[in-house]
Amino acid sequence: MTDLLLDVTGLGKRYSVRRGIFRHRDLVAADNISLTVRAGETLALVGESGSGKSTVGRCILRLETPSGGHVFLGGKEITGLPDSEVRKLRPHMQMVYQEPLESLNPRHPVGKLVAEPLLLHGIVPKSEIRNRVIELFRMVGLGEEHVNRYAHALSGGQQQRVGIARALAANPRLLILDEPTSALDVSVEAQILNLLRDLQRRLQLAYLFISHNLAAVAVLADRISVMYLGQIVETGPTHEVLSNSFHPYTRALVSATPVDHPRQSKQRIVLKGEATSPIDPPAHCRLAPRCPYSQPICTDTVAELASVTPDRFTRCVRFQREHIEGVWEPRMSDPPPSS
Amino acid sequence: MTNAESVGEQAKTVISSSGSSAGSVAAGTVADVPVLCIERLRVEFHLPSAKVVVLAGINLSVREGEIVGIVGESGSGKSVTALSIVGLLQPPGVVTGGQILFFDTNLLALDANEMRAIRGNRISMIFQNPRASLNPVFSVGKVLREVLLVHSGLRGAAATARAKELLADVGLFDPAEVLRRYPHQLSGGMAQRVMIALALASSPQLLLADEPSTALDVTIQYQIIQLLSQLRKERGLAQIVITHNLGVIAELCDRVAVMYAGMVLEEAPVEQIFDAPLHPYTRGLLTARARTEATGDLESIPGQAPDLQNRPAGCPFHPRCGEARDICRAVVPQLENAGTSRRVACLRWKELA
Repeated sequence: MTDLLLDVTGLGKRYSVRRGIFRHRDLVAADNISLTVRAGETLALVGESGSGKSTVGRCILRLETPSGGHVFLGGKEITGLPDSEVRKLRPHMQMVYQEPLESLNPRHPVGKLVAEPLLLHGIVPKSEIRNRVIELFRMVGLGEEHVNRYAHALSGGQQQRVGIARALAANPRLLILDEPTSALDVSVEAQILNLLRDLQRRLQLAYLFISHNLAAVAVLADRISVMYLGQIVETGPTHEVLSNSFHPYTRALVSATPVDHPRQSKQRIVLKGEATSPIDPPAHCRLAPRCPYSQPICTDTVAELASVTPDRFTRCVRFQREHIEGVWEPRMSDPPPSS
Repeated sequence: MTNAESVGEQAKTVISSSGSSAGSVAAGTVADVPVLCIERLRVEFHLPSAKVVVLAGINLSVREGEIVGIVGESGSGKSVTALSIVGLLQPPGVVTGGQILFFDTNLLALDANEMRAIRGNRISMIFQNPRASLNPVFSVGKVLREVLLVHSGLRGAAATARAKELLADVGLFDPAEVLRRYPHQLSGGMAQRVMIALALASSPQLLLADEPSTALDVTIQYQIIQLLSQLRKERGLAQIVITHNLGVIAELCDRVAVMYAGMVLEEAPVEQIFDAPLHPYTRGLLTARARTEATGDLESIPGQAPDLQNRPAGCPFHPRCGEARDICRAVVPQLENAGTSRRVACLRWKELA
């Protein structure tokens, strides 16, 4: 499979945390994460706070060192490379952040911020830099008049456009988008989502789109991986996963998303309590203590991500077993068991 | 992030086909008593360089048992409206006109002491970031007992009992344990429930909720929406919910005011807003939002909200409006009746409907 631009297998990230004076325990932020993104494709990594989705993004970019697993970029393994080598690969993979204002240096005009990566990576000759900056500004829908402005003098949408222009400056093949529209107003969010779609078509960019917003994911992503407590619990084509989830956690996320219309009625699956601790998590299903569908099998069996159909994966043990035996296929239309 | 989380076992498996909550509930319970009535409220920011109009004479009312949503983008004036109601508007903000009637009292005519007797008492507030609103050095119990002492004169065992009752009312499972906790030991969802319990301690007649669920995860957001909805149902508590999220509006509100550049552009029962928006801005907002069944590009609203220091002449929305004509660039539209229960501020709404 040569068209896999990003290929991650078994990626893990553990932090050692102190419990008391002598004891150290492992906080598992990302556990055995495998995912692929092709050129021109968007994979969404979805989950709530603490699910580990941002950790995965940071490990891929090597802003953090993974504790295990492999990351291949364009067929080349980048795990284990020394920092100096990783730096050479950075132009190929760039990040767009949630808070554009916080990621843009307030002391320089935004044109200079976009020129920086061009200089740093020696992408165009110095004499060409100004023209290239203006070209990048045009690509993201900004004009020449914005080049000399400072970040605080721009609106939120314009700031995010600068963030995108800066990420594009190095001619990347992969963009990691970390909640790029969460801080924006509704009308501006739509503009940025459209811009990202347009840039992807024109430049054949691969996106890893980290988000908790299922509506934005539906607009941008071809495929979706849902994370819960450091693990991927479900992967598949976006609209299939959202309309017919194979994991109860995905169903809970979909059902908690506010309705689109006051008269729309929605099946509500509410999980018990809040997420349990990511410290020393069990081998069995991590959702089991909160899951309305949980049965003894869910805590007796190791929960592995397995394929149910060729392009769909779930970690739900009940679903895997009973799907094969043709007993239990939870659809969004089924009521959850009354417990 | 330890077993702290497990105490928050507030929510059981709930099956409901809500969503239609707004309309159906409202029909039976909304009485015709206006709790709050804002009339021609005008607020300016007096900057050294200029006087900037941030609220250009808005009208809004909330009746008993009703949840009114204020939806708008940043800079639309929705938070300034809330701050004006509770007398917390800070310089350079100055109220320069209008009145805010809370039952028969004009809140704008009260002095600081009189306002203090109403704020946090008969009118309570909750905010976007619950943990930031709780004092980190006091336990939940200490804060709650303090509020109960001030508002109801309760002390000792009676105060503790009432505090536990309030925490149970907002769906916290182990009230005794929560009372011992400090804010940093609460998850976001628990902290917001504690804030709501604090807000209810004084048995308010109006609750102001400024982006109450925005900072929370989507599953927790839904639990908070359910809780606010339940407060209306069970106590008839009037509420103003400020949000930029039209989904929250659809879930929770009976009526909606759409704000833009310091004006209410449209106000109507929630179903009418979603079924047949009259203002081009409302229509734009509804089509621009990303939805889970969306495919293809979104229809975004071009441009951005105006800089209030350079307010456009005429309708503030005209530079972004596909329906704008010469008259829209010259005349400021007033909010006018468009049927019995709704109002709109657009010069062309009849032609466009």
